[in-house]
Amino acid sequence: MSLSANAFGSLELKNVGRSFGGHDALVDLNLTIRAGEFIALLGPSGCGKSTALNCLAGLLPLTHGQILIDDRRVDVLPSEKRDFGMVFQNYALFPHLSVEKNVAFGLQMRNKPRAEISRRVKEAIALVKLEEHAKKLPGQLSGGQQQRVAIARAIVIEPRLVLMDEPLSNLDAKLRLEMRTEIRRLHQSLGLTTIYVTHDQEEALSLADRLVVLREGHVQQIGTPAELHDNPANWHVADFMGYRNLLDLKVASVSGSSAKVEGDGLSLDATLVQPAAAGDEVRVAIRPHDLTVAREGQGTEGRNAFAATVSVVEYQGREFAVGVTTSTGKNLFVHSEFAPTPGETVMLVLDPARTLVYRTSLTAVSAEEQELLQVRG
Amino acid sequence: MSATNTDPRPKASASRRHRLAERGIDTQLLMLIPALLFGLLLFVYPFTYGIGLTFQPLPRTQEQWGGGVFANYVAFFKDPFLFDSVWITMRLALPVALFNVLVSVPIAFKLRHRFRGKRLLSTLLVLPITLGTVLTAQGLLIFGGRQGWVNRFLMEAGIIDQPFPIVNNYLGVMLSLIISGFPFAFLLISSYLSGIDPAIEAAAKTLGANWKQRFRRIILPLLAPGLATTFILTFVLAFSVFPSARLVGDALGETRVMALMAYRAFGEQQDYAMASTIAIMMGVVELVVIAVVLLWRSFLYKGTTGGKG
Ligand SMILES: Nc1ncnc2c1ncn2[C@@H]1O[C@H](COP(=O)(O)OP(=O)(O)OP(=O)(O)O)[C@@H](O)[C@H]1O
Ligand SMILES: [Mg+2]
Repeated sequence: MSLSANAFGSLELKNVGRSFGGHDALVDLNLTIRAGEFIALLGPSGCGKSTALNCLAGLLPLTHGQILIDDRRVDVLPSEKRDFGMVFQNYALFPHLSVEKNVAFGLQMRNKPRAEISRRVKEAIALVKLEEHAKKLPGQLSGGQQQRVAIARAIVIEPRLVLMDEPLSNLDAKLRLEMRTEIRRLHQSLGLTTIYVTHDQEEALSLADRLVVLREGHVQQIGTPAELHDNPANWHVADFMGYRNLLDLKVASVSGSSAKVEGDGLSLDATLVQPAAAGDEVRVAIRPHDLTVAREGQGTEGRNAFAATVSVVEYQGREFAVGVTTSTGKNLFVHSEFAPTPGETVMLVLDPARTLVYRTSLTAVSAEEQELLQVRG
Repeated sequence: MSATNTDPRPKASASRRHRLAERGIDTQLLMLIPALLFGLLLFVYPFTYGIGLTFQPLPRTQEQWGGGVFANYVAFFKDPFLFDSVWITMRLALPVALFNVLVSVPIAFKLRHRFRGKRLLSTLLVLPITLGTVLTAQGLLIFGGRQGWVNRFLMEAGIIDQPFPIVNNYLGVMLSLIISGFPFAFLLISSYLSGIDPAIEAAAKTLGANWKQRFRRIILPLLAPGLATTFILTFVLAFSVFPSARLVGDALGETRVMALMAYRAFGEQQDYAMASTIAIMMGVVELVVIAVVLLWRSFLYKGTTGGKG
């Protein structure tokens, strides 16, 4: 199979919104997707991911906004005319049709000649490695195999856009890793523009070119995996991205984009991600990987350093995940290259650049405020 | 394992019940035996007795139609007054069953989605179940009789000058059968339809199937077993029509259905043997129709899952 013949330049979501009887499930989603991109929609359960996907697929009408492909509206087209392939969370295979016929369905609907259908179905089935099972009914397949049928069925029509709704959520851990690689491989070899919904940040980070983080229907941040991983836009995204240490502290002083924050018996040099002034209550986010146990005699100049007592040590292959308690009884998650003993008092070091300061409120920061911060920084 | 044991495999450790179940024997079904015996006594005995009766024709039947012990059957097939009742009943039951099933499908489809007033509408559709046949018949008589509301309205509006015959004929019985049979068909088809995951249809939609294609290629094959069952049930209900054929029909003419004939033989002519024969023939006709429907169903099922592509 080659690059989709129906490829487009760009797909644009403009203020897309959907409400269910007064409850906003999705608000003002703005996103421009380039052809061939792999976008992950990420967020906790109930944040509106499926709603967004169903709106795109045309299974739910929009309450606000427009969807444009190369400046032509597609949100007015019925689902069957959009030419988007969708992989459903529960697969939704046709139970009365064999694997082959499931895969052939979309091509038959497009009135392709028989010879072409059978060739493309064969290719698609080979692509997901289901040759041996081509004649079986979906009920006779394992979960992972059904999932691959669902993928084959969606991509065989070479759609303009592939939509996947948590396709791996029903699989066991090992199969999930395998299928993740498989999906990435398919995307790279076919170049199909893909929107992928998941609530697993690791999955999203490993698969996507760009991520969209949602919370209660509102977009929190859009960016590359590296951007989201290193610079979450607010504490909620940080929390979602694995910044397991969230401390509620107070700003002591501010200079440019760096600040001194205090509280809980700690005094840290930190970096302002969102604007704050001296005296503000803020939330400080720190990744366990950035907060490390210092080796004996290791220098701490230019870095935050404070003591804490080891409470739990967990082996994680080559390094250790350690739970510590500060002098005021606060529990923190830290990393260590060697195994400390529980009960021992250790020195923790932390780069001020990786000590991120956020506002406690999640309402969006206005553009002027953000600009001001950048000018100062 | 003891040395004398020649079987190299260790003895299966699964319980006896498990091992039997592997071979398709469900020991719990044994508990049904008392009920089965009871059923045998209450049903099978009178049934066989009835069959026995059919082979003991009255002397007058034997004289008129000949055929020895088969005289009742000979009479049934040769006497047009009797035999025509098969067609008369079919002419009622088949269209009614077909109508009930075909009309239930789109309505059940519409009622799948949530909308305001759905509960009210489905209650109205199912309500006739609670009316007995007699009540329905009475309603029809009041509504559609020569002096009924419909005819009075139409005549006074000057649309017709003769009352339009709605009851005491084929149409009356048909209406009554639809009123009492439709709720069953609707309920059954709704529940079969709700068993089909809406995501399956959504998947067909995203693959480019328009509603006709979705219906023909996806919904219909998945619904076929349900349609067959529903058809059979409403057909059997309609086929054994008795009260409405008498009350709103034309009991000696157009709606001279088999049940009426059997009742006549039994009640008016004191011919138990003939009555039994007609009853048995009713069963035979129903079985033939059921067999045809099931055959159609298995054909359709095979047709869509088709082994070799
Ligand atoms: N048909 C509906 N009617 C009313 N509310 C709905 C409907 N579908 C979704 N919602 C609401 O919209 C919100 C978003 O739902 P959605 O299914 O998009 O969540 P999600 O992000 O996909 O969650 P999950 O990860 O659990 O699948 C939820 O609060 C949900 O209750
Ligand atoms: Mg969902």
